[in-house]
Amino acid sequence: MIAIIDTGTGNLFNIQKVAGGEITNDIASIENADKIIFPGVGSFPFVMNRINPIKDVLVKKIKDGTPYLGICLGLEVLFESSDEGGSSGLSIFKGKIKKLTKGRVPHIGWDTVNILKDSKIFSGIKNNTYFYFLHGYYLPVNDYTTSTTDYGNMISSSIEYDNVIGVQFHPEKSGNEGVKILKNFRDGI
Amino acid sequence: MLAKRIIGALDIKNGKVVKGIKFQNIKTVDDPVILSKKYENDGMDELVFLDIYATNENRDVMYNLISRVAENINIPFTVGGGVDSIEKVHKIIRLGADKVFINTFALNNPDIIKKVSYEIGSSNLVIAIDAKFNGKYYEVYSNSGSMPKNLNAVEWAKTVENYGAGEILLTSIDNDGTKSGYDNELIKIVSENVNIPVIASGGAGSPDDFCNAFKAGADACLAGSVFHYNIYTASEIKNYLKGCGLNVRI
Repeated sequence: MIAIIDTGTGNLFNIQKVAGGEITNDIASIENADKIIFPGVGSFPFVMNRINPIKDVLVKKIKDGTPYLGICLGLEVLFESSDEGGSSGLSIFKGKIKKLTKGRVPHIGWDTVNILKDSKIFSGIKNNTYFYFLHGYYLPVNDYTTSTTDYGNMISSSIEYDNVIGVQFHPEKSGNEGVKILKNFRDGI
Repeated sequence: MLAKRIIGALDIKNGKVVKGIKFQNIKTVDDPVILSKKYENDGMDELVFLDIYATNENRDVMYNLISRVAENINIPFTVGGGVDSIEKVHKIIRLGADKVFINTFALNNPDIIKKVSYEIGSSNLVIAIDAKFNGKYYEVYSNSGSMPKNLNAVEWAKTVENYGAGEILLTSIDNDGTKSGYDNELIKIVSENVNIPVIASGGAGSPDDFCNAFKAGADACLAGSVFHYNIYTASEIKNYLKGCGLNVRI
């Protein structure tokens, strides 16, 4: 079963429609999940506050090797903190999420993704495909970066390390190519 | 490279699509979900649903529609019209909309922008500004373009940006429904004075109108009639824009 984390806000049904699974913030359900999707709407401090009761089980599951897909904010919370403020993230990885400083912010719309490293989620996806972005904060390029988008600031559009995957864009809103990403996570990982 | 966006607008009354001329003479035309799917297949980048008859009685009809749209389309969509509480904002997002726009609610209580932005994230909050030139400046109107607010649209745009709005949906009341082109002056002065994306709305009739609005500073162009009455598809507009030297998703 895929657990789609209920952040108390956000477009969870869009993800469930494609990936299947259960929308939940129940500790036992998350503990039993085969895979976890952390969806992407809300501010960093608001959502970290909302998920505080399940923070420990989430971190444990991720460290135990459960496949994890973080979407937008779900990528950002993998790190220690954010310029958006509030309490600390899940701190799976070291680093800080930064505020975008170039062009119009937020970065809203369809932008191209430059694939740097092979990743299972990109199976069947051509380089420089358009995906839908909706964010004001970003992860600078680091060792885990598998794709980038140049928006003045060089954005990590996706990351992957062992069982942990994150995408800054919204696959659930990116047409057929986005659906492929969710299916790749559902079936291929 | 970030693409210029084409946004299809669907005015909704009692769960059905309508399109008014200058907010008057409204007639019912089509099923929103069927139309949304057609727009998605025709290359539309995004959709906006405006509940033009947002009473408490038909609120559930709108909620039901949001779920149906979310189930059936895979491009982003924004919902607004009559949103006057934070609970409604959350419900709309939770049912599957990506963004919510508010207008009169924010004008009546600007601080609400800060609260909504904190809770759902700045990127998911759009402030709709309806403006009309009063001979001296572009004046903001509330209540579906019926109530002048004695407020300069440029100043209001700067305020909403400072308070945490993620985007501005800028409608020219004069041009809306006329198919005579966007109000490029309005687009220019607002987009020059804010750093958040600006969606131009009101007046689209020809592919060149879109090109001119983008060149005036719009990040996205919203249109109803031209798509609604099948005069152009989003792909046709985008092919034209490419010829204009603009970057679009084709």
